[in-house]
Amino acid sequence: MRHFISIADLDRTEALEVLATTEHMAATQSRSIRKLPTLVGTTVVNLFFEDSTRTRISFEAAAKRLSADVINFSAKGSSVSKGESLKDTALTLQAMGADAVVVRSGSSGAAHLLAHAGWIDQPIVNAGDGAHEHPTQAMLDAFTLRRHLRPGDPRADLAGLHVVIVGDVLHSRVARSNVLLLDLLGARVTLVAPPALVPVGASAWPCEISYDLDAALAEGPDAVMMLRVQRERMVGGGFFPTAGEYARRYGLSTARAAALPEHALVLHPGPMNRGFEIAGDVADGPRSVIVEQVASGVFVRMAVLYHLLATDAREDAR
Amino acid sequence: MTVTPSTPSSALLVRGGRPYGEDVADVLIEDGTITALGAGLEAPAGAEVIQADGCVLLPGLVDLHTHLREPGGEEAETVESGSRAAARGGYTAVHAMANTTPTADTAGVVEQVARQGEAAGWCTVRPVGAVTVGLAGERLAELDAMARSRARVRVFSDDGKCVHDPVLMRRALEYVKSFDGVIAQHAQDPRLTEGAQMHEGVVSAELGLAGWPAVAEESIIARDVLLAQHVGSRLHVCHLSTAGSVDIVRWAKARGIAVTAEVTPHHLLLTDESVRGFDARYKVNPPLRTEADVHAVREGLADGTIDIVATDHAPHPRDAKDREWDRAAMGMTGLETALAVVQATMVDPGTLSWRDVARVMSETPARIGRDEDQGRPLEVGSPAHLLVWDPRPAAPVDPAEHASRSTNSPYAGTELPGRNRLTVHAGRVTVRDGALAED
Ligand SMILES: [Zn+2]
Repeated sequence: MRHFISIADLDRTEALEVLATTEHMAATQSRSIRKLPTLVGTTVVNLFFEDSTRTRISFEAAAKRLSADVINFSAKGSSVSKGESLKDTALTLQAMGADAVVVRSGSSGAAHLLAHAGWIDQPIVNAGDGAHEHPTQAMLDAFTLRRHLRPGDPRADLAGLHVVIVGDVLHSRVARSNVLLLDLLGARVTLVAPPALVPVGASAWPCEISYDLDAALAEGPDAVMMLRVQRERMVGGGFFPTAGEYARRYGLSTARAAALPEHALVLHPGPMNRGFEIAGDVADGPRSVIVEQVASGVFVRMAVLYHLLATDAREDAR
Repeated sequence: MTVTPSTPSSALLVRGGRPYGEDVADVLIEDGTITALGAGLEAPAGAEVIQADGCVLLPGLVDLHTHLREPGGEEAETVESGSRAAARGGYTAVHAMANTTPTADTAGVVEQVARQGEAAGWCTVRPVGAVTVGLAGERLAELDAMARSRARVRVFSDDGKCVHDPVLMRRALEYVKSFDGVIAQHAQDPRLTEGAQMHEGVVSAELGLAGWPAVAEESIIARDVLLAQHVGSRLHVCHLSTAGSVDIVRWAKARGIAVTAEVTPHHLLLTDESVRGFDARYKVNPPLRTEADVHAVREGLADGTIDIVATDHAPHPRDAKDREWDRAAMGMTGLETALAVVQATMVDPGTLSWRDVARVMSETPARIGRDEDQGRPLEVGSPAHLLVWDPRPAAPVDPAEHASRSTNSPYAGTELPGRNRLTVHAGRVTVRDGALAED
């Protein structure tokens, strides 16, 4: 693995390898000394063109627990916010001697471009690009699902599981990465959204599409993943009439959550709109693994950095 | 310093080529006119002789849709560099679009562009006038003044933007009737394409890029053909790109509506699958469509529903393309690859003959643009605008070799057939052995 850009680039074996490494990383994190020397002397740059404190902190924690140095190059108060181009930023990072670049951008394809435009030679990790992909989020979701639904089997895939993903699919990189990864790992996926929030062309995706949340939940899924409704991206508008109508049809209410099978999990990539796409009681309830997702996020990002950088480190040592 | 094309030799004899790809005939050019055509012509004393065995002779190509970028966009292209690119591509006339800075919406600007074209001398430059002031879509520009100016504008377009207001479009269609003008519409419903990045379909869904739906083009074309029928005026559809648009234009023509349509070379060849690598050289407006659309526009061009091929040559500086997809400029260069693409997509598969190519790339665009002197048959007495095309060699496209100031060709590295050996504009050789003929 040279870069970590897109779930679409992975095959099943690679995905399971990353999950296996994640399991290993998670195990090290229950020890009393959690910091590993693996990436001593390497520098990871967090290049965030889009504000996302959660994701940035998660990558930062992951890099630091592997003993890498971290440089944050983020939107506020840097040249990035003053309109410096991706290309110029990349050339700067190349000159500064970064060993890996974690990039978050509002532009679909930004990570792909950094990896392939020839501006920079370093491994690139996609921390979310536009509405395209958010591959580490999908990995952490799969990791969380497997821990709960295939306990004690760190090599299992997700065959036989049914996952319902609900909400603003149109603007969601999380949904795209999850559909691809869950399918790759053998799970059945149902996307539920109001029709205007299902992309034209999504019928080609390896999943089912429904406009009826109650019908999808009546099938007794093993997990329900709620997407953040990105109201800030609804400019041009009219995707749904009101927040109230959306919440009534597509919100995960206490009653809907209560009707789920005993073992079913509730996930959300955060940040949540409590009381809108998900009821506060459900987010905090016993099925919710939302807080655990945050912890899994650090393990997955440690695993990804390990895959991209530890090999390099070994080769350098030879 | 401006380098101008070589001065005309007293006479030029093109020997052994095939006019329209048909029977071999020599062509003698004297004083800017074809003076003899037939087998075994003698070269007059002092005449330059070009051996054209195996080559196709075509009337000089006429592009109804070129962005020369001057004034205002000289970093990307100038009248000089763009008309050199045109000559290299086999063009003897181009229609320079109005979306410059300042906009070509007054007699002053269109006359300036025409003058610069004449001074450059590589091909005839016919300015297109803006339909609305500043392309703002709010009030009509002084179309009559542009029509009566030295630039004799006949084609009006807000290209880059759609004349979206139906009343304004109706008035424009009506207004140009008095001087036999035509409105060339960039058909794009602005509301349906806010923030649009690529064709809306399977690929846009996967890449998470905002979609540019086919219906945003088709709904405007449908409205416009009905308006053209209602007021009895002439409408030209720019860069038609979807199967549905072909159907609508076919329907309109069957009803006798005076509509003409163009397709670009890139819409004949490329699809939205090219966007997968996020390489902004493939970003263009209207966007690359699907395989089914490519088939439909080829079929439309073959059956005459689509009248012409026009390049929509849209040069951009490197920095405008070396960016994230959603921040990159839309458009591709096209003048220097158009005929090669048409050969590859239409001639080599046997869909169009070379005579058809002369029709769709020279005669009909000249007629739509009212370029009386262009698109004339290769026969005695015609003005000597022609090119000699060798269809045999194939080579990868290298934009560094292009005369255009910009390198945003989507074909870089792609092997395309054919090579332009010679371009003659008004009896002057502008391209010789594929290279610009400079003094
Ligand atoms: Zn246009």
